[in-house]
Amino acid sequence: MDVLIEQRGVIWDGFQTTLALLAVSGVLALVLGTVLAAMRVSPIRALNAFGTAYIFVFRNTPLLVILIFTAFGLPALDVRPSFFMKAVIALSVYTAAFVCEALRSGINAVNPGQAEAARSVGMTFGQTLSIVVLPQAFRTVIAPLASVFIALAKNTSLAQGFGIAEATFRMKGLINNNPGDVYLIFFGIALGYVLIVAVISGAANIAERQLSVRR
Amino acid sequence: MSVLFDVPGPRARQRHRLGGAVSLVALVGLIGFGVWKLYEKGQFAGALWEPFVTPVYMLAILEGIVRTLQIAVVAVLLSLVFGAVFGIGRISEHAFLRWPCAILVEFFRAVPLLMLILAIFLVYGTEIGTFWSLVIGLTLYNGSVLAEVFRAGILAVPSGQGEAGYSIGMRKNQVLRLVLLPQAVRIMLPAIISQCVVALKDTSLGYVIGASDLLDVLERVSQEFDSIIPSALMAAALYIAINASLSRVAQWLEGRSRRPGDQAGQVNVKEQGAG
Repeated sequence: MDVLIEQRGVIWDGFQTTLALLAVSGVLALVLGTVLAAMRVSPIRALNAFGTAYIFVFRNTPLLVILIFTAFGLPALDVRPSFFMKAVIALSVYTAAFVCEALRSGINAVNPGQAEAARSVGMTFGQTLSIVVLPQAFRTVIAPLASVFIALAKNTSLAQGFGIAEATFRMKGLINNNPGDVYLIFFGIALGYVLIVAVISGAANIAERQLSVRR
Repeated sequence: MSVLFDVPGPRARQRHRLGGAVSLVALVGLIGFGVWKLYEKGQFAGALWEPFVTPVYMLAILEGIVRTLQIAVVAVLLSLVFGAVFGIGRISEHAFLRWPCAILVEFFRAVPLLMLILAIFLVYGTEIGTFWSLVIGLTLYNGSVLAEVFRAGILAVPSGQGEAGYSIGMRKNQVLRLVLLPQAVRIMLPAIISQCVVALKDTSLGYVIGASDLLDVLERVSQEFDSIIPSALMAAALYIAINASLSRVAQWLEGRSRRPGDQAGQVNVKEQGAG
């Protein structure tokens, strides 16, 4: 136990970075994913096609490739965000594709009568989507969205290879410095991730109970 | 036709055309800007792309692809075994089997795969090498996800099926083996295949431990030619091609295995996507 207690500052530091990555890219992914979902159901062909292409590309590309691009590719183009921002960009554009897919299934699950009612009182596409359909869609996809964010929480670990000292990076360092306590360090850090995952899914369960649409 | 908007009349059609034209210009502008930026920085210089048309390097990349596929196939096969064992273990009637299986599955689903692979590699890497470090990590993670798929799939078979099996005198393992599993597999197939795509994508994590997989090879090429952007684009294109064809196979299989009048829905497993 000594290692974990002695190094709690370092470990806590790592998890703070992990949580910061999770929070910032989570919000960005949610916004971008919502915009993409709106594109994919919009009547404008060009936007629709762009949304489809975006999903196709980013769902099939490994996150690591995107990270390599933002970490080493952007500087080659003379765009130099901070290490943190590079990771955030990659995590958000990747996760947005999955947010979009989850949301789209939610939009499809909203009772057609709702959209028809909205249209029949004269709402435009934008109004129908933003006032009537999306609020209900969000409520039906709380569980899938939660798993997207759980995956995001775990994916933040990929940033460890790109100049970010988050929890997995700390684990690597601790194992290298204390080879005798490998299992302790692994399970200690793993416990941190388990907690994050548990909090996300717990919050999702509560939100689902409070908000789910009763039919 | 979507229910979200009316069938467009003449004015709406005009508006859509205008909106379409504006967004098309914006999107083309955006993509064009990116391409121009690449061009301006000399990223289209032939020298940077040369490795992709030079036989020696093409062969190395091909070996990387083969390696990636090898890792994926071995990991997926082992994951299926792992998933079947622990998925069935989780619905066992014996608590002493159920609980350890549940804890193990939940643990490996919650831990980042990269962390798992890194830990395995740091501890056992010298003995088992990069290939098996990666395969074991992938197996533990994907196997745990598949365990949930198996569990959900078996539970999704109508309960009358199992009961009918018992009523004609079958034993527990007969009911599972002859009645439940064959039907469950059909229900689960889409979920299993989409997990295969996730596993294939996750093999790219081998790059972190230098497992000579596709991404690792391309990264070495990029260092030699100082061509990070062409290599990253190449990597993305190759992974997309491989994954898209796997998804295509999945769709085909799904269509083939669906029987007319099939009632069973798909299995909903929490952990789908974003792997």
